Amino acid sequence: MSRETALRATSEGRLWQALLIGGALAFLGIFLALPLIAVFAEAFKTGLGAFVLAVQTPDALASIRLTLFIAAISVPLNMIFGIAASWAITKFEFSGKALLITLIDLPFSISPVVSGLIFVLLFGANGVVGPWLAAHDLKIIFAVPGIVLATLFITFPFVARELIPLMMEQGKSEEEAALSLGANGWQTFWYVTLPNIRWGLLYGVLLCNARAMGEFGAVSVVSGHIRGETNTMPLHVEILYNEYDFVGAFAVASLLALLALVTLVAKSVLEWRFDMNSGAGH
Amino acid sequence: MIRRAFITRMLTAGTLSAGLMLAACSGKPSNPDAIELTNVSYDPTRELYQDINPAFAALWKQKTGKDVTFKMSHGGSGKQSRAIIDGLSADVATLALAYDIDAIAAKSKLLPADWQKALPDNSAPYTSTIVFLVRKGNPKAIRDWADLIKPGVEVITPNPKTGGGARWNFLAAWAYGRTAGGSEAAAESYVKQLFAHVPVLDSGARGATTTFVERGIGDVLISWENEALLAQVKLGKGKFEIITPSVSILAEPTVAVITENAKKHGNAEVADAYLRFLYTPEAQTAIARNFYRPRDPKVAEQFKVQFPAMTLVSVDRDFGGWAKAQKTYFDDGGVFDRITGQK
Repeated sequence: MSRETALRATSEGRLWQALLIGGALAFLGIFLALPLIAVFAEAFKTGLGAFVLAVQTPDALASIRLTLFIAAISVPLNMIFGIAASWAITKFEFSGKALLITLIDLPFSISPVVSGLIFVLLFGANGVVGPWLAAHDLKIIFAVPGIVLATLFITFPFVARELIPLMMEQGKSEEEAALSLGANGWQTFWYVTLPNIRWGLLYGVLLCNARAMGEFGAVSVVSGHIRGETNTMPLHVEILYNEYDFVGAFAVASLLALLALVTLVAKSVLEWRFDMNSGAGH
Repeated sequence: MIRRAFITRMLTAGTLSAGLMLAACSGKPSNPDAIELTNVSYDPTRELYQDINPAFAALWKQKTGKDVTFKMSHGGSGKQSRAIIDGLSADVATLALAYDIDAIAAKSKLLPADWQKALPDNSAPYTSTIVFLVRKGNPKAIRDWADLIKPGVEVITPNPKTGGGARWNFLAAWAYGRTAGGSEAAAESYVKQLFAHVPVLDSGARGATTTFVERGIGDVLISWENEALLAQVKLGKGKFEIITPSVSILAEPTVAVITENAKKHGNAEVADAYLRFLYTPEAQTAIARNFYRPRDPKVAEQFKVQFPAMTLVSVDRDFGGWAKAQKTYFDDGGVFDRITGQK
């Protein structure tokens, strides 16, 4: 009797398990795999030649260069800011800490369009510092610096959000030990803190990079859409699509999708290393 | 104490690289013989200026020996106008309607208020109008505005609250209602019935075209003539037909030198020459080739098959100008809100 119940329970469990797994896979297939396949299918619809031609137009190349340039500036800066912020939050006690944590999350919680408009309000011709900038012939908004600033703002939380829980969990005993053994601040960071956080840090940097290259809303507001100059890849995709150049649009989009795939693989590898690492540590 | 010094160092490094980035971006090498002209335009003019720009560059090179390179920016007309007000440093603006350039003049003082007198034909070197795009063979037998409100006909037009092009569609429909019914009340009743036949209100003209052409929704697309002709060529020859209604509206996209910006860049002369070039037979032919109606009567004669004669009303003459039309029909609490039952 009791064995029968147990048996039925497991068989029901299996059924549920299969249903749940099937459901999840179907969901993933419909909402992730299919669109991804569609992007690549559209991009290569008229053959490899058309794809290569579409990616090689001067405007497309300029948008790729700009996107890489933006990421090359904003990701390292946010790595430094992220480490500094999480270091300050986890290793020191000070008043206003909760406020700082909330502020770090701010870019996550407000719409990217609003983030973009903040910079227009600040640096636009009618903005707070706009007239001063114009008088000194400095261009921020509708130029590359504006796009960098917007991207920096949007991607700021990624590294810090990744590091804060990790560093909190690790505590500060190892750093204190290093200091008491005579290490200076730089040595403590380089030989103790950094090795402890490196996988988390890399993971944060990866997410930060993916978003920096893919950001649309905030960048669209501050870009000015000047072809070959302030058009990033996501903006270029939209423009090509609106111009009925579907092969071109999906060709550039597939490059972005490829980047997402690479990020996904790198992320899985990192997670795996990360797990091994923290598993060995405890 | 030591840790604090470390953080200071990190922050200094961050500030330094930010400083470097700004330095790298603001300085621009300037070659006295190279001219960079920024043309801030609206969405459907890309093909047009891709045609015009090299022709003007060749002419200018021949005339002055200087190379002109163009920087093009395209977007919704209202958005582009806003960007110029906020500091996008356009030398010339080539937008969808005078209202958007008026806004720049009023809010930024970058060009004189009477800018429209600077060039011939109210500074509108090309025009367009509103036509119908129907599916091949015209299965619903659509000939004129009256056919759009027959039972079972689905009409695609964007939302006039958000799209510039959509306002032209609305006013064209209104003009028909007024002509056919003889009164404003008849016009309102016609337009109300028309919008009851609209299954999706897209936010912009390109979105509406995509809805009709790519997604296959609707029986008729109310569209700019240039967009309809372009869609026919680009998205499927022989899949669509253009129907010219009995009454439509004259759309006058306007162009202007943003004088203060052009002066600052040393481009005042070339910017003016560029816009005047648009009125030459060479540019007018390019304009007609790109599906805008040319002003030049000789060029118009050559392209008369593509642009059949129509009765066209004008916003200035028949609706009291854009500022008034905007207020009456499209602002919150206006006629469009009343018709669609909002507010």
